[in-house]
Amino acid sequence: MEKQVTDKTSENAGSSKGKNIIQLKGIIKRFYIGQPNELEILHGIDLNVKEGEFVSIVGASGSGKTTLMNIIGVLDRPTEGEYMLDGVDVSKAKDKELSGIRNQKIGFVFQTYNLISRTTALRNVELPMMYAGVGKKERQERAKYYLEMVGMQDRMTHKPDELSGGQKQRVSIARAMTNNPSIILADEPTGALDSRTGRKIMDIFHQLNQKEGKTIVLITHSNELAEETQRIITLKDGEIIGERKGSAVC
Amino acid sequence: MLIGENILLALSGLLANKMRALLTMLGIIIGIASVIAIMSVGNSISTSVTSSMEALGVNNITLGVSQKSTEDTVTSDGRVFAGISRGSEMSDDDYITDEMLEAMKEEFAGSVDSVLLSESAGSGTAEDGSLTANVAVTGVNEAYLEYEDLALLAGRTLTERDQENAKNVVLVSDKLADSLFGGDYDAAIGSEVKIYISNRYYTYAIVGVYEYDDSSFSTESDDNVTTTVYLPLEAARQQNHSSTGYSQLTIVTAAGVDSASLCDELETWFNNRYYHSNDSFEVTASSMESMVSSMTDMLSTVSIAISVIAGISLLVGGIGVMNIMLVSITERTREIGTRKALGAANSSIRLQFITESIVICLTGGFIGIILGLLLAAAATNLLGYAASPSVGGIVFSVAFSILIGVFFGYYPANKAAKMNPIEALRYE
Repeated sequence: MEKQVTDKTSENAGSSKGKNIIQLKGIIKRFYIGQPNELEILHGIDLNVKEGEFVSIVGASGSGKTTLMNIIGVLDRPTEGEYMLDGVDVSKAKDKELSGIRNQKIGFVFQTYNLISRTTALRNVELPMMYAGVGKKERQERAKYYLEMVGMQDRMTHKPDELSGGQKQRVSIARAMTNNPSIILADEPTGALDSRTGRKIMDIFHQLNQKEGKTIVLITHSNELAEETQRIITLKDGEIIGERKGSAVC
Repeated sequence: MLIGENILLALSGLLANKMRALLTMLGIIIGIASVIAIMSVGNSISTSVTSSMEALGVNNITLGVSQKSTEDTVTSDGRVFAGISRGSEMSDDDYITDEMLEAMKEEFAGSVDSVLLSESAGSGTAEDGSLTANVAVTGVNEAYLEYEDLALLAGRTLTERDQENAKNVVLVSDKLADSLFGGDYDAAIGSEVKIYISNRYYTYAIVGVYEYDDSSFSTESDDNVTTTVYLPLEAARQQNHSSTGYSQLTIVTAAGVDSASLCDELETWFNNRYYHSNDSFEVTASSMESMVSSMTDMLSTVSIAISVIAGISLLVGGIGVMNIMLVSITERTREIGTRKALGAANSSIRLQFITESIVICLTGGFIGIILGLLLAAAATNLLGYAASPSVGGIVFSVAFSILIGVFFGYYPANKAAKMNPIEALRYE
């Protein structure tokens, strides 16, 4: 029964616009392999995400959300299954290739911002470009452009300690955007913010999706936020148990 | 590509945590400062000692007649009389003669450049009415004068004929000419000078005035400085009523000859040939070179010994750096995770932390070099030598600081590079 639901998912996704940017097929993730406490967290996930889609993944804690996010963000490899990201098979890529893929194709937005505290907002935004080998001048120009886009132009030289939570999250969104990635992967981006500030952050994501055409995968435990997205995927005990349309227009 | 960024990052890290950085670098600072100070002081001492010895002629060999020490004698009842010098006076047979020197010149034709002979005719005062000047009258051969290379201000030097005829003609210093002739060197030439030595007046004719070399080690004040009056060797020997030979002389070695081994050969040759049957005396030879080299050997041994101790301090300093790097990496686990999520390759992370470790060590190294040079300057000043910073020591210190940075930074950096990004991101 559940299997049918997931099959329907891919069919549905296939019928909407554009090509698949994320293609997960039979993803299984096990930990402590070969040991008595071997643990299977993901039991075979099939999931496709189209270019320009705004998808949310919801589920209670322990549902395998974070593990799935780590695999989508190529921070981790699946034990079994195939993962095609933007046409590239990443399930068998080497460590060094994975860091290149993270750098070029994925923009992370974390619940805890994870900005580097000793340096300015501007330099934080420059960081992914530094690892991409972008020249200093272009780096600064691009960093300024994206900081302006998230409304942080007046605080570019501030250090993270001197910024509010909402401001920090804006900086980290600018950082996620700088290498023009294929997808933005946001892990509970409003989880540490009050509802008003969280609302503003969500507005920025909608803007990025609508105006910039960015593919966004939002991981959250809040159904309220998930409702705003185009498609809601529900995860339970390591399996996709449901999928429905959200309120956002495709 | 990232090196410049990494250096800036490391420096800002150091500045953000000044006290911790200073304490971390302390071992390196002390180690490097002591290496630099020791090497610079050693360098200063050996440079000035060597140069003053070289001024005296490193390649010259001093040949002298000295007393043999007797064997220890054991009496029948077992008492031991230590070997002692017999204290006998030198007789005419014991001196090195002109014949011996001729034979030696033939034997060692390739190694001996010239033989410098001199005989003191006493010290005294040159007088002209109330005007006086302190002098030491020395009889010298032609080779000696050539070797001295005096700068003549007026007149001529002593010639071969002066030597052969044992003429009472002399070269005097410009100081003497200033005192007795009011600085008129031309008036001095041809004049006679009366010199009072041990209750007797000797009269010599001045044929030349040479420039007195101020640089020789003289503690006397400028006015009554004792200058040398050069006399033909034969004239001095006649004045002394000595015609037998020399108790001491100097041999100038030919270029490229190892004076230390020539010393041994000369001793053996003289003692086997002429002093074999002499009970009381033998010929000994010594060169400045052997003294200089033993001196520098000793200095470098001391330097190395202290440098080893300094090296231990550097090792301890390096372990301190490694310790603080490990602490720093633990503190920054989330930063490392973030960097990895943003696309930093393991090699970039490793480079970042090795650079940081090198920057800590190099900064410590530079502070150490400056401190060491200041210490060395103070020490050499106190000892009265010219400060001569050891360039080799500075180059060594910089290189060694980098080496320590790489060596003790690699393990922590590698640990950081191999962190699992998921765990690092979740680290509290």
